[in-house]
Formats: sequence, C-alpha cells, structure tokens
Amino acid sequence: MEIVRAVLVAPFADMVANPAFLAEVLIGGIAAGLMYSLVALGFVLIFKASGVFNFAQGALVLFSALTLVGLMERGVPVWLALGLTMAVMVALAFAIERVVLRPLVNQEAIILFMATIGLNFFLEGFGEMVWGANVKKLDVGIPDTTFVVRGVLVNRLELTAAVTAAVLVTVLAVFFQRTRIGRALRAVADDHEAALSIGIPLKTIWVVVWSVSGLVALAAGVMWGAKSGVQFSLSLIALKALPVLILGGFTSVPGAIVGGLIIGVGEKLGEVYWGPLVGGAIENWFAYVLALMFLFFRPQGLFGEKIIERV
Amino acid sequence: MSRQPGAGTLRPLRQAVESTAAPVGGRPHETPLLEVDRISVRFGAVHALTEVSLDVRRGEILAIIGPNGAGKTTLLNVISGFYHPHEGRILFEGRDRTRLRAPDVAALGLARTFQNVALFRGMTVLDNIMTGRLLRMHGSFLWEALYWGPARRQELEHRAVVERIIDFLEIQAIRKTPAGRLPYGLQKRVELARALAAEPTLLLLDEPMAGMNVEEKEDMCRFILDVNDEFGTTIALIEHDMSVVMDISDRVAVLDYGRKIAEGPPDVVRADPAVIHAYLGVAHE
Amino acid sequence: MIYREAGQFKTSYASDQAIFPIVQDRWVAGLVLVTAILVPPLVANEYWLQAILIPFLVYALAAIGLNLLTGYAGQLSLGTGGFMAVGAYSAFKLTTAFPRVSVLLVFLASGVIAAAVGLVFGLPSLRIKGFYLAVATLASQFFLIWLFNKVPWFVNYASSGTITAPNRAVLGVLVTGPNATARARYLVALGLVAVFALVAKNLVRGRIGRSWMAIRDRDIAAEIIGVRPLRTKLLAFGISSFYCGVAGAELVFLFLGSAETLAFDINQSFLVLFMVIIGGVGSILGSFLGSAFIILVPILLTNTPHWLGIRMPVALQKELELMVFGGLIILFLIVEPHGLARLWQVTKEKLRLWPFPY
Repeated sequence: MEIVRAVLVAPFADMVANPAFLAEVLIGGIAAGLMYSLVALGFVLIFKASGVFNFAQGALVLFSALTLVGLMERGVPVWLALGLTMAVMVALAFAIERVVLRPLVNQEAIILFMATIGLNFFLEGFGEMVWGANVKKLDVGIPDTTFVVRGVLVNRLELTAAVTAAVLVTVLAVFFQRTRIGRALRAVADDHEAALSIGIPLKTIWVVVWSVSGLVALAAGVMWGAKSGVQFSLSLIALKALPVLILGGFTSVPGAIVGGLIIGVGEKLGEVYWGPLVGGAIENWFAYVLALMFLFFRPQGLFGEKIIERV
Repeated sequence: MSRQPGAGTLRPLRQAVESTAAPVGGRPHETPLLEVDRISVRFGAVHALTEVSLDVRRGEILAIIGPNGAGKTTLLNVISGFYHPHEGRILFEGRDRTRLRAPDVAALGLARTFQNVALFRGMTVLDNIMTGRLLRMHGSFLWEALYWGPARRQELEHRAVVERIIDFLEIQAIRKTPAGRLPYGLQKRVELARALAAEPTLLLLDEPMAGMNVEEKEDMCRFILDVNDEFGTTIALIEHDMSVVMDISDRVAVLDYGRKIAEGPPDVVRADPAVIHAYLGVAHE
Repeated sequence: MIYREAGQFKTSYASDQAIFPIVQDRWVAGLVLVTAILVPPLVANEYWLQAILIPFLVYALAAIGLNLLTGYAGQLSLGTGGFMAVGAYSAFKLTTAFPRVSVLLVFLASGVIAAAVGLVFGLPSLRIKGFYLAVATLASQFFLIWLFNKVPWFVNYASSGTITAPNRAVLGVLVTGPNATARARYLVALGLVAVFALVAKNLVRGRIGRSWMAIRDRDIAAEIIGVRPLRTKLLAFGISSFYCGVAGAELVFLFLGSAETLAFDINQSFLVLFMVIIGGVGSILGSFLGSAFIILVPILLTNTPHWLGIRMPVALQKELELMVFGGLIILFLIVEPHGLARLWQVTKEKLRLWPFPY
C-alpha cells in the first residue's frame, strides 16, 4: 500500500506543490529532449535516404566535436575552425561512401548496420588517436549561465541549443518534403536499385546525405560539448538517441522532434520524481523502457510508416 | 494438353502418405471443403475484397482467375488466416474458422505456395521441404538436444517421407543446394514440395507456373494433376495462363476489382459475357 | 588429392545426416578434441592457458549462445552482456548460499536463471522486429547492469562491489577460486563448451533449428506454414540466454576470478556480436573461429610492436585496437559477410579439388 502511494500519488503531489520547480524540470527536459532530437535527426536523415541504420552517428558527433576543439586549441579562430570542421565532415562523408557504403551497396540492412558498428569503433579510435583522449572544454561564446523568467530559472546555453535544434529540424523537415532532392532521397531510401534505374545518382545522394548528417552531428557535438565538455562519452549520447528513434519512428523528421521531447521530458521527470524511490541513476535505462512501452502499442513508432506486411 | 493420371513413380509416394483418394472432379452434393461466405477485406481506403463468396468442393481443382489487382492473392491470404476479414465468415469442413490465426489454419490441413516464392533462402532444399513437416513433428527437447532416441527416429522417418516427395517432383539433384541459389522454376517446384510435405487436405497455389517456359509448365501441370488424382488433395490455384486453367481445372472462379463475377465449369465461365468484358477482352474462341 | 570423398556413399539417411558425414572430417574432429584435452594441460604455459585458451573457450560459449539467437533465429540482440551478468551473479549468489553444491550444478542453475530472464526480455520480440528489437535488447542490457550495480544484495553487501569466485572443487580438484590451477580451469571450460556445442549442433540440425531459420528467413511464410512465432522466438531467447548465462558464470569463475558490472557492459555485448559476425553468422564452428579471432587480435596488437622492438604507449595501443577492430569488421563484411566459417568452407571445397582447378 505504501509502495502504491509512493509511486502513484506522492510524485504527482510533489509536482503540484512546487510548480516553479516543476517548470524548471520541464524546461530542462525540453532542452535535453531537443538536443536528443538533434542527434536522432542525424540517424533519421541517413536512414530515410539510404536505408542504413547508422550506428556510428555517435562517433560522428564525437569526431566532429573533437575536430572543432582540436583546431581551436591550436589557435584557430572559432569561425574558421567551424568552417574547417564542416569541410572535414564532408570529406569524411566522401570517405565513408567510398570505403564502406559502395562495396556493400546491395547487401541486407543488417550487414550495413553491422558495418556502421565497425565504423563507430574505428572513428572512436581514430578521433582519439589524432586529437588525444583528455576531456576538452568547448567555448562557443555562449555563457553557461542562467537567468530568471517569472520565477523560473532558465539556462542560456540550453536555450540556445534548444532554439538551434528547433531551427535545424524545421529546415530539414521542409527540405525533405518540398524539394526535388528531398524526394530523390526518399526514393533512394525506399529501394536502391529502383532509384538507380530511374537515374538517381546514388553515390552523390549518399555523399550529400552523410555530409548533412555530419553537419547535424557537428551541431549536436557543439551543443553537447559546450555543456559537458568534449570527451569519449559523447559517443554514448547516440545510445540515448535510440529510444527517441523508437518513439518517433526511424523515418520521420517530426518524429525525431516529438520523440526527443517526450524522452527528454519523461526522463527528467522520471529521474527527479521517481528516481529517489529506487536509488537514483535510472536515466540509464528509463528512456529505453519508456520507448519500449510505446512500441507495444505502436510497433512502428508514433510517426513511422505503418508496416503492412505482404506475402 | 489433357488430363492424364500419373505414372508408376507415384506408388511409393502414395504408400508414404495416408490419404483417401477422392473421385476426380469433386463431389458437388456434400458439404464443401471450404466455404468463403461474403468476405470483405479493406486496407485503409482500398477495398481489396467485397462480399466475395465461393466454395471449394472436396477433391476438385478450382482455378481462381482475374485481372491483376483483382484481389486473388488477398483471398488466398484470408483463407490462410494471414489477414482477417472485416466481414464475412470462412468455414472449413463445415466449421467456422474465420478468427483463426495462420499457424492454426495450417494445422487444420491447409498448405500453400506464394506468388513471390517464399522459400527459406538460408536453408538447403532438403531443409526447406522438411519445414513442411514441422506440424507433424512432436518435440521432445531433451531427446532433440541429444539427437538420439525418439528425436532421431522421428527425423529419419520424416526424412524418408520428404525424400519420396523429392523423387515425385524430380528434384533429387538439388537436394543439398541452398534454396537461394536455385533458378526461379526450380524454386517454385521446391515450394510445391514444401507444401506437399505437410500432407494437406487443401492445397492453395498462388501462380505456381508464373515465369516458367512451356516444358516447365507441362511438368508442373503433371505434378498438380497427379497430386489431385492420387491423393485426392483438393487444390485451389491462382493462375494467369488460360490454357492451363481450361485444361486442368474442374471449376473456375473469376474475381474483378475485389468482387466475384463468375463461378462454374471452365466452358461456362469462358463464355460468360461479364468475364469476357472484364478479363478476356475480345471474344475468345 | 588431400581430401577426397570418392568412394564414400551414404547408404542411409542417418549417415547422410551425421554432423561429420565425410570420414576424414570425423578423424580430424576427433583428433582436435583429443589434442585439446591432452596437449595444453601438458605443454602450454600459464600465460597461454590463462590469457588465451581459457577466455577463448568461455567466449566461444557466449558466441554460440548469441549465434543461436541472432544467427539462427534472426533476432538481433545487443543484450548479451546483461545475460552474462545474470549468469555470473546468479552463480555467485548460489554458490555462496549453498557452498556444498557442485559448482557444475551451480553453473547449470545459473544458466537456467539467465534463461528465465531471457524469456522475459524476449517477450517484446513478438511485436517488434529488426532494429527496433535490437534497441529493445539494449533496454535489457542497461537495466540489468543498473540492477546489479544498485542492489548490494547481489554482491553479498561487499563494499568493493565486486563478486569473487570462491574455492570450489570437482572430484577433489580445485577448479575455481584463487587456488585453482589454470589447467583445471581450462579442462572444465573445455568440457563445458564441448558438451554445449554438441547440444547446440543437435538442436540446429533438427526441428528446432529449422523453425528458427524459417523465422529468420521469412517469418510471415513461416507462420503460414505453421511455425508459431512467439514460441519459437521465446525458445531462442531462452536457450541463448542459458548459454550466455553459463558463459558469464564461467567468465568470473574460470577466467577472471573476480569481476564487477564493468565486465558485462555494452562493450561485452559488442565484443560477442563481433565474434558472431566475423566467425560466421549461423554457424557453430564460426562461433569458435570468431572467438579465437577476437581474443587473438588484441594479443597480437599488444605484442607485435614489442616483438618488432618498437615502443608504443598504452593509450595508442588501445586506439589502434579500436581502429583495427572496426576496420576488420568492415573488411569482413565487404569481403565475406558470412565470416570465417564460410572462408573455411570455401577452403575445404578448394582442398577437395586441389591440385585440379575444377
């Protein structure tokens, strides 16, 4: 009885009793959620356009952040460093297409997925080898300070990150739905061979997509890196983005946003209000369990395409 | 090509498989083996089937024809239990089994082949056909882990049955080939073998001769007729080749845009103006 | 020339379905087994046994487990580490609570517990497929590790948070614990993996293996033929988790001696998955080959610079290891997606014809 009260009643009572605090938790959740969305977006882009579940997205986030910080540490000014890093990500996309994707072009999805796991490990090792393994501080000129709005604490950095993420996501959603290239990308995701046969240049498409994804990864890397420093564990952020993908569906850009928000807010709420009941640190798995429960009711995610099986 | 009973190679197969032979052409006055009663199936806004009713009589060969997109494969999928109809009932041997799921329907004695061959590509031909025996294999985990005693005996017994089917369909040479490496015509034959291995009461064939040349089609027709003659297996098949349909089927049902527009003996259906209009185009002589 | 099957005709289905239908293969297999039992305990030094052979055997068992689930039944799982942890912690709790029960029975029991847990976490597989399922298995991985970290009961309230294998004997010989010799531990690991590999081989060539492969290759058609998906998938999860659980118990009791949850984290899951991929998906032999490969690569990487006289800082070694692993995975997938087992098969085919070209 006590347990039921503690789980089903007390946390909600807490929420109501302290609305300002609840607002802060919610805002924190939304901000974190948007940042998850950014990472998830990179996954969605690549999956939508090439049918590949890119496990190495996290490594891309890490690698881009490492490159940026590494350049800045060597005295390169911020804007130049950003430009150079973007160029590096594009070059990386070329390399990945040539070395990994092209030889595997007609293999099953699972083979490609495992190849991206290999890529993940490779990039982690490579990034560390080139730029060093210690934690680096990333300063993008936005102070990690808070200001108060109507009795609620808001973090400047988180706010900037949230706004950037929202803008990026909107731009990309429009890109996919409205433009010709976006349509071509969707065709490629559906069927490589069919797309090839109607003249869509597969190689170019893939380079474009992986480059854009790399830039999205860079944005995510900058945001996360500014918040908690650039370090190895950044690649684990990708693992956090996976529940977002489950919730939102692997192929939906708006799904990445909504999924990210739900996971971000859900995770924060869970950690703050229910976490103490079980000793804390439930954020390791809470997002996953949340996503799993959603999956039971909608196996294709909230926005994913309903899978009609044909025989 | 006309109907001919099978040759002597079928005798061992008949001994291996217990079944009662039914008179050729079906028995019209007893309860149909399968009754499809006003089935409707919708996928969102697409009406795949609308109020389709038809009977499959025990021992007959029924051909289901119709233009592409008429809903023929959907009908087979509903009968297999893979889709459930939004309206209507399906009765098998007189009993309602509309809500049954696919594995249970298979357990009742239904086997089928698929339009786009659905063989298990990672397994050999032999193993593929052995999967057709799965419903008749009773598992005992302990013995299977040891591969000894009853489990081993069962494996060998089923292997013997499968080998006779392999002989019957003349696919001995490709027994150990992984199914994914076979040419299309042979894949279709292996699929038929897998369906036969289940010793079905009702066999559903979805375009069993698609993509075959004349010789392969003749072979396939011979096999289908033999199965129907020797074991009395009731057969419903979807087919596009009109000469095959006219030659081997006892009755024909015609679907168009999800509705049944004709049902009856081949000659009657062929002359039906609605069928000609929908499907055969110009008056077919 | 070397390897001919001329003159070997099968006169019964039984001989055709044997695990080693070709006589030469049977001799080789027997020889390998005898060598494995006799040679290393007599000849190999402590280092070889401890650092190479024992982990090879332990991880081969885990790789077989994952191969059954992912390779044969087609259910992609990233939760191997979690199930190994269940086995390890169960074994620890059982043997400390019942010190007089044979440690072999303890291993089996902890396998059963891991199987039960695997069944529970396998339930989503009915509704969820493919990558979604892989992500769902990550849930089990993270949750289980959190559980073992959070609840001190699992480590018998030890302040260090580690579990340690106590001294236990089989037939009077110490096989686990600080005083057990590497030889004894090696023989136990060998015995267990040999028995379980045989069982696995028997399962996959019979009814159960076929229903798994049917689900893997075409689950819809399989269902229409009569395979019951939930039962089949759950069986795969259960048996696979059993194997991984025993392997996890072996990891602590026969190899590491003591461990904390770090030994079972997501990197372990990836490691075993790599063994399965590189060794050969859907192959029992492949599980062994993959395990050997993954165990040997870091050893080679660590020792080669030393042998060549080059000094390399430890951090660089780790980084190179990651790069080489990642690169090798990609290379294998490009060159031979079916892994070392397929390469072995192809080699055998060539040996049958050699020196003739075809």
